[in-house]
Order: sequence, then C-alpha cells, then structure tokens
Amino acid sequence: MVGRERDDLDAILDRALARSSAGQTEALLMAQDASLTRFATNQIHQNVREHDATLQVRVVDGERIGVAGTNRLDEAGIDGVVDRALEIARRSAPNPRNAVLPEPDGREYDPDAGYVATTAAASADRRGEAARAVIAAGEAKDLQVSGSFATSVLTVAVANSRGIRVRHRGTKAALLTVMMDGFGSGAASGYAHAGSADLAGIDAEALGREAADKADRMRGAGELEAGEYEVILEEYAVAGLLEYLSFIGFSGLAHEEGRSFMELGKRVMGEEVTLVDDGSDPDGLPLPIDFEGVVRRRVELVTAGVATAVVHDAATGARAGTGSTGHGLPAPNTFGPMASHLFMAPGQAARDEMIRDVKRGVWVTRFHYINPVHPKKAILTGMTKDGTFLIEDGRLSRPLMNFRFTQSVPEAFSDIRAASRETKLLPGEFFGAYRAPMLHLGSFNFTGVTAAEATA
Amino acid sequence: MKDLIERALDAAERGGASYADVRVQERETESLTVKNGALEAVSSNVSAGFGIRVIVDGAWGFSSSARLEPEEAERIGREAVEIARASVLARRAPVELDDTPPATDTYRTPYEEDPFSVSLDEKVRILMEADAAMARVPGVAIREGSMSSGRERKTFASSSGAWVEQEIVEAGGGIEATAVNETEMQQRSYPNSFGGQMVTGGFEAVRALDLPDHGQETAELAVALLDAPQCPSGEMDLILDSTQVALQIHESCGHPTELDRVFGTEASFAGTSFLTTDKLGTLRYGSDLVSIDADATAPGGLGTFGYDDEGVPAQNVPLIERGMLVGYLTSRETAPRIGRRSMGSARAWMWSNIPLIRMTNINLRPGEAGSLEDLIADTRDGIFMSINKSWSIDDRRLNFQFGDQAGWLIKNGKRAQLVKNPTYTGITPQFWGSCDAICGPDEWTLWGLPNCGKGEPVQTGHVGHGAAPARFRGVKVGVGRW
Repeated sequence: MVGRERDDLDAILDRALARSSAGQTEALLMAQDASLTRFATNQIHQNVREHDATLQVRVVDGERIGVAGTNRLDEAGIDGVVDRALEIARRSAPNPRNAVLPEPDGREYDPDAGYVATTAAASADRRGEAARAVIAAGEAKDLQVSGSFATSVLTVAVANSRGIRVRHRGTKAALLTVMMDGFGSGAASGYAHAGSADLAGIDAEALGREAADKADRMRGAGELEAGEYEVILEEYAVAGLLEYLSFIGFSGLAHEEGRSFMELGKRVMGEEVTLVDDGSDPDGLPLPIDFEGVVRRRVELVTAGVATAVVHDAATGARAGTGSTGHGLPAPNTFGPMASHLFMAPGQAARDEMIRDVKRGVWVTRFHYINPVHPKKAILTGMTKDGTFLIEDGRLSRPLMNFRFTQSVPEAFSDIRAASRETKLLPGEFFGAYRAPMLHLGSFNFTGVTAAEATA
Repeated sequence: MKDLIERALDAAERGGASYADVRVQERETESLTVKNGALEAVSSNVSAGFGIRVIVDGAWGFSSSARLEPEEAERIGREAVEIARASVLARRAPVELDDTPPATDTYRTPYEEDPFSVSLDEKVRILMEADAAMARVPGVAIREGSMSSGRERKTFASSSGAWVEQEIVEAGGGIEATAVNETEMQQRSYPNSFGGQMVTGGFEAVRALDLPDHGQETAELAVALLDAPQCPSGEMDLILDSTQVALQIHESCGHPTELDRVFGTEASFAGTSFLTTDKLGTLRYGSDLVSIDADATAPGGLGTFGYDDEGVPAQNVPLIERGMLVGYLTSRETAPRIGRRSMGSARAWMWSNIPLIRMTNINLRPGEAGSLEDLIADTRDGIFMSINKSWSIDDRRLNFQFGDQAGWLIKNGKRAQLVKNPTYTGITPQFWGSCDAICGPDEWTLWGLPNCGKGEPVQTGHVGHGAAPARFRGVKVGVGRW
C-alpha cells in the first residue's frame, strides 16, 4: 500500500469526496508499512511486518457529524464507508461545537520531509545485523540483551470539500535496547535508544556499548532512602516527562476545560525552559500536516518559563478564536489536539561536565511507567530504571536500587541548575518524537524505593 | 477464505516452514460519546486482513496484509518465510511448541441483544438521559457518557490441521462527571473509569448499568470532591472497592504471571517479572485468603473466548492458591519450558499482530467478609478508596502506586470524611500478604478492562478481572507532596 503512487491516493480521496452528499466531507488516508525485529535473551524472537491502509471519512451535514473507517480500499469499500458515515450523520443529534472542517490557509510544506528511501527499503536482514551488533556488545559484558529495531513508512493524505488536499510521507527508524545481568531481584540493567528518519542515523554498535556500559556499572546496586534529592536527568528521562506533559497540558481542549496546568501569560516553570512544538523541524521526526489536513504551525508553548500558547485543532481553534495550529488527531477525536513534536531548548552546559556541580544527588537514566497523578498540578509518578546512581562530590559513587517518584513537573522544572548543549531525539512511547537536553534539577521527590527482595 | 488460507500455508511450507498458522480476522467497532448535552462523536470502523506466522529453521517470522486475495496470501506467506530466515541471524535455541492437539471447532459469544442492532437513537437517548441527570447538579464542568460495541470474526488455521472459527461480541458503556476550580480537577465515573464497564455479550449488559439512574450521584460526588480535604499521609488500614481491586490484580498479578515476561522476552518494553519459575509452588504471594484464577471461560468476561490465537481451548486454571504461586499464563512456546501444555492465553489484537501472552479473566475468588458495609463496620480506623484514576508499577511488578477518584476515612466502623486525591503505594507480595478480608460473592463483579497495552508494536488487549472489595492492613497512603 505504501508504495501507492500519488495518483492512487488521489483516486481514493476523490472517490470518497464525490460519493458524499453531505455539506462538508473529509477523507483521511493513513497508510503504513511497518517492520520490527525484536530480540530478547540474546536472540531474535519476534520478527514482523505489517502492510495496512485505512480510509477515515468524516461528513458534516448541518450540525450533524458522522465518521466511519475501513481498510477495504476497492471501490465498493470506499463507497461503503462514505455511506456509513452519511447514515451515522443522518441519525445523529446535532453537535455544533465540532461541526467545522478546516479550510486551506495557503501555507506550504514539504510533502517528503523526513522521508529517506533507504529507511523505507530496510530489509529484515539489515535489522537482523543491527540486532546482532547490539547483542554482541551485551554478550561482551555477560549481559542478557533485549530490544527492538523498527523501520516504517507512514503516508498521510487528507482531502476535504472545502479545498484542502495535502499528503505527506515520512520514515522512521528506531532502535532501543535494555541489557540486564539476569531477571532476578536486584538485577543490573542499562538502556540506550535512538530514533531518526534516516536509518543511517542509527549506530547500533554505539547504542549497544552505551547500554552495556551502563548495565555493567549498575552491578551491585544498593538502597538509598527515598526523599528529595538534586538530580541529573538524562535526555531519556526528560523526554519521558515531556511526553506526559504533552498528554495532559498542552492541548487546547484541556486548557479550555480548565484541566491543564498551563495558565497562559503566567510563569509556570523556570526561565531556562522554552518548549516548542514543530512538526516540520528536520531535527525531529517530521509530520508537517495534521490529521485534518492543516499544515502544522511552529508553536512556542513555554517561553523562558512563561506559558505562552497551547495547540489547537479545527474545533478548539475555532472556539479559541486562534484557528487550528495544525495539531488535530484523526476524527472523531474526544482527546483534543496534541503537541507531539516537542523540542526543549538546550542550555549552555557541556553534558559530560554537568555532574561536577552536584555535591550529593541522584543520576537518573530514564523513567518507566509514568502516569499522571494530578493532571492540573502536573504531578506525575513513575519509576527510575536502567541506570540510577548516587552522585557524591561530582562523580557517580555507587549504583542504586530503583526509586518511585511523585513530583509536579512544572515545580521540578522551576529549579533548573543547568541544561546540556547537546540534545537527543527520542520517539514517543506511543506517538511523535521529543528532543530534550540533559537537565540538572535542584530537587526531585522520590517517594519510594524497591527492595532487593520482597516476599509476603 | 479456504483458498486464501490454504495458499498461504502452502507457500509457507514450500518455503521451508516446519510450522505455519494463518489468522484471518475482521474487527468491527462502533463508539459514541455524548458530552455536555451534545453528541460529541460517533464512529464506525471495520478493519480486515490476515497474518501468517511461520517457523523456519527454528526461528519465527510473521507478515500480514489487508488484501484478502489468494495471490496476496502466497506473497505474504513467502515474505513471512524470508523474515524468519533473517531471524536465524541471531538465534540461540530453536523454537519448540507444545503438543496441543489441533482443534476443529466454532465458538460464538452468547448474547441476548446484538449491540449493533440497537439503534443509534436508542443509545443516544440513554446517554442524553444520563447527561441530563448529571446536568441537574450545579458545579459540574464536563459531563461525558460513552458506549462502545465490538464484533470480531476470525478464522485460525495451522499447518498441523487446526481450523477454528470464532465470533466475539462486546458491549460497554459508562458516564463521567468532571468538576474544576482554579487549582483542582476532580472526576467521578460510573460504574468505573476509562469507559465504564465492558463485557463479552450483548447490549443487555449496557442496559443493566442503568446509566441515567446514576447520573446525579456521580455528578454530586465530583463536585463534593473539589472542596474535600486532601487525603492524609501515613500507614492505614485500606479498603478498596471492587474496581480498584480489579486493577490491582491486573497490574500486580496478571502481568507478572505472564510467562513470556518471566522468561525476559518483554524486557525491552513492558518489563520482566519478580515471579521467576524457581518460585513456582514455593513463593508465598499473599495471605491464605488470596486465591486467583485465570478463567477464559467465565460468562461475560471481557477476556472470555472459545480458543486463543494458537488454537488452544479456553480454560480455567489457578495462578495463586491460598496465597501460594501455582501457575502462569502461558503459550504453546513458553509452557513446555515449565513442563506444561499451554493453558491458552496467547492472543493477538489485530490481524496484523502476532499472538502474545495476554491475560484472560484474572479473578480473585470472593471471600467471607460479607458486604462492603459489613467490611467497613469491621474496620475501626482506616480509609476506603473507590475507582481508579492513576496507576504505575515497576518493570518487575513489585513497586506500585495507585490513585483513586474518591476516598472516605473510616472511624469506628463508619464511613466518615470524604477526602480527595487518595493514593496508596506498596510492594506486591507484602501488599497481598496484608489482605485480611475479602467481601462475599454478592459483592463480586467481573470487570472488563479494555486498555491493556503490551508488546512492540504495542497491542491493545481486552481482559477481565473478577473482584470483590477487600481490606489490606497497614498500607502507605497519601503519597507525595500536595
């Protein structure tokens, strides 16, 4: 499907729009060719490929809306999905808040931004060789190696009866690994992860060495009492926090409904923090159009610690009077718009020197299983994982058992002692990508610790 | 379809596969949401396709396609073989499956009222009535009600001769009220959060929820929570309602008994498990009161089916027996490694996914503590928490923290002060070891959980958890700085 030429995409969208008798109609085509090679216990154990494409049709007839989707893309399938959407709209109650499709705004974008042919053509052998390189790095240090190497092409094409007609194709290569010295209590572990539109941007051997070195240093982890500590958060940890801030706070709908910590015009974080969402930036994983066909705007969400904007789709943008910023998700969307291409501005510090200013603190490689505890205060909880160390007198003194944290992120980001010049790009756990520096924070609240052995 | 399946299997075997299976699947869903008196969203989706899984030279390969055509089946069969050959690049031990006999059978979810035959008007009417009931309460900022229906038709066939056809039907719904002020956002759901209740079965289950009748009390509690004091911090005796016990089972028993996690094959994403196989039969997981079963045959459970996606029949097996670890959730590949045959818990979400070990219905057997009110009356000083709003657990499933929508302090056997943002935290076996009372069968509910995620690419899982309210002694509550 992903090999479909532009004419094929247009033919599908044209047929859907022509079939509809509604006042406004939108056709969204999402096609994916995704492959993933997964390894664990030092061998490839899952190796999969998926070819799929889905046509989603939204009709707006007066104030009545209907949405239907299918992955059957022959003529009967296209006609059938349009008819289903029309039938749903006919039987629906009015929904004036959302009865709006966007119009073209004349802005340009690159339909192939972030498309790299070699990534699209990556073979199972290529992924297998990379897996073998990562495994070799772990075996050299007697570790159990697991991970995955995914390559994919995503094509998004949108047309609506108000004149929007856009399409984009982009590629993604993502390799992550977790290395452990066993699966028992107190096992040491290390981690490395990288994402890029270009397969060539993934250095499997380097990632293998990074994770293996980290796991090796984690051997013999001991407990440290939970409490508030100065922390160094590696880019992986920062990106994880940013992703969840995005889920709960940067949406125009969450802001409109009073559920967000973002109070526009007010200081919500330290002045070192500037957060931007930019779906066109080549330093991310570009997706310059949204799922309503609007070209994404660069939105500065937090400027020097002050909440400056939230992102919008067509419906929330119309209600806010700003118009869409190009952050709509596929209809029907009760979640609201989402900032999924976040960039946190880097600082001035050299990454390798940041630890020197920490007299006593905790080094966190990444967080695991983050979830909101209180969205409006942006209090999150989660565990440290794959590399937690005590810092004493400016150096890593010993490895630590994992902590649980319960912490308001804006509060933690209000005391940034340093941010690294260098940044890393991490694909989101579910969607999008997040580019973050390493941070030195003045305080972070660890509320629990996992004991080495636990029985009833 | 027969031609498609046979050509896929033939192509795989001709390519050198020692084993192959094909799953042709169509998933149809309908969902609707009413928000603040308007029909916010209605959608209907259908996705169909097939996936082929092969073993070549002892290594797995899988490919899939949405084009349900015999020629495409041959191409995808060959592609799966090529992918398996790439897996051999990093192979240590060859894959071996158990000796489950190939089944030939059909299964259909029993139901009274097909959820897809109920008119949109009728569904909207129920949700609008519930919305109106919530709207009668001043101070509610957001009112939401939702319903969802699902129908999955699938045919599984293997090179060993299995042929299983199934139709799984699901229905569910719920409501939620949100109240906000300058510093707080408080929510209350009925009958549960994250979409309410969901079952395998018909629309009769949604009607039985009687959503309009619960609109007002749901909204009133959301508003009351805004001005409630913060949950205190400290160690307290904790009573959980059955919805929260269900999620506690899910996170701290269901996931760690998945044998693929135990063997480390999910280590890079979901994590591993503290329930390593050396503990089978010897680990005290909880108190004597704690017995937990994996029951894929439970009527109405969201994890109920006829056969899993390896063609293994649905079963009811114990995982925890009087507090001791006695079993795991297994697949045909993992079960032989502990000397057993698969108990049938390998399931895939879509046609494009491989089956992974997924929970079925992981059920805590009811106890003898009577009703919830009996249990509260039996508690001198403690806290009662109800309906989840936050969850997190570490990669080995030991260190957990949950937050609930509402808490009530218990004083001298009576429900006293309402408190907001209640949270509790603990270590899995210590927590279940502190369980000293479980309510009886009348309080036991089989809850559906439709948002379980696992695997790479991430797959959704629909699972069930039977639970009654239970009491845990000396639990750390009120976590964090507020």
